[in-house]
Amino acid sequence: MKTKDALYNFCLRLADNNLVLGQRMAEWCSRGPILEEDLALTNISLDLFGQAETLYEYAVLLKEANITADDLAFLRNERQFYNSLIVEQPNGDFAFTIVRQFLYSTFARLMCEALMNSNDESLSGYATKALKEVKYHFRHSSEWIIRFGNGTEESKNRAQFALNELWRFTDDLFVMNDIDHELISVGISFSLDDIFGQWNFAVQEVLREANLFTPERFNVIKGGSNGIHTEHLGHMLSEMQYLQRVHPGAKW
Amino acid sequence: MVINNIVSKEKVWELLSEIPDPDIPVLSIVELGLVRDVEVISESNVIVTLTPSYSGCPAMGVFKDDIITALNSSGFCEVEIKISLSPAWTTDWMSDVAKEKMRAHGIAPPEKEPESELRFARQKQVTCPHCGKQETKLVSRFGSTPCKALWYCDTCEQPFEYFKCF
Repeated sequence: MKTKDALYNFCLRLADNNLVLGQRMAEWCSRGPILEEDLALTNISLDLFGQAETLYEYAVLLKEANITADDLAFLRNERQFYNSLIVEQPNGDFAFTIVRQFLYSTFARLMCEALMNSNDESLSGYATKALKEVKYHFRHSSEWIIRFGNGTEESKNRAQFALNELWRFTDDLFVMNDIDHELISVGISFSLDDIFGQWNFAVQEVLREANLFTPERFNVIKGGSNGIHTEHLGHMLSEMQYLQRVHPGAKW
Repeated sequence: MVINNIVSKEKVWELLSEIPDPDIPVLSIVELGLVRDVEVISESNVIVTLTPSYSGCPAMGVFKDDIITALNSSGFCEVEIKISLSPAWTTDWMSDVAKEKMRAHGIAPPEKEPESELRFARQKQVTCPHCGKQETKLVSRFGSTPCKALWYCDTCEQPFEYFKCF
């Protein structure tokens, strides 16, 4: 595989994570449990959309074809999305959304820290910028995890339920394929095995403080980075892409 | 020609410093530290390098249009806008004058926060922009725009916005 093709695909993977999770968070708009959290969840969504756009713009440059960032977001099918499975899972209740955010933000933070050392200037620039925002998301979600776990029986049960349900998607965050091997060999990206150890440590630290327990690894599924998704992504895309599919090229 | 370009460059900076931030109209995009570089190629051709505050800040689109309009109307027909992501924008680039303007506008300017702690960081009290007291508390880490958080002053019992230290 050529480095340039690998880099293009890698940008899509990073961008798709942001876009899909951003869309999920945007679904909370006007439905937040309290006004402050409605603002928080949609502000996080906005950051994620911004990060996705930066990466899609870069992917467009790499492709040197007549496509736009909007085409990448709105005109690709489910199998052409490379996001991890955890970000496409439906929102559930507030605890479920926050646990999903926490598990993902912990990963995204470590990923950004690693990519800051990439020898690809655009990627390291992206990571430097995104890290500041991602840290804020990590902080917001981990504070909530600790409150849930030490709050009422109800909040603790809901957080633990979410953790149990989502745990089987976490291995998928660290799956590497030909793209990773190519990019690692030229110093653009890094082994996700190294990030896995740090992720585990950071997650356990918060769970301990929250008095929540780490679930058993059970029914693990993987495939996001190879375009194999759970049934939820297609439904999400059909709603997100509806307007561009029905009215191609429609502008705001 | 070289002298002309220097004159033009100053003129461009001057024009840019008259463009307000749509969310905080008392501050210009230059005062917020969003303009990183101006390069004058010829008397009609100029390149402006911007850095985004937050990745998803919707105001970026407005800035770009405003910059092109302002420079076009002063004879710079070819305006190119470049985006620079690294070094990442920081509130450290805002001058004290800008911070004071912000406070006078009713928004608490950024104050240094401890950097190392990530959770429940013991943030020092933010000074209320209305009464100047420090008996304030964080209401929400997020606010009406990506750059602001919601705070409340226990002394004057008024809510206020805090421009996050970033």
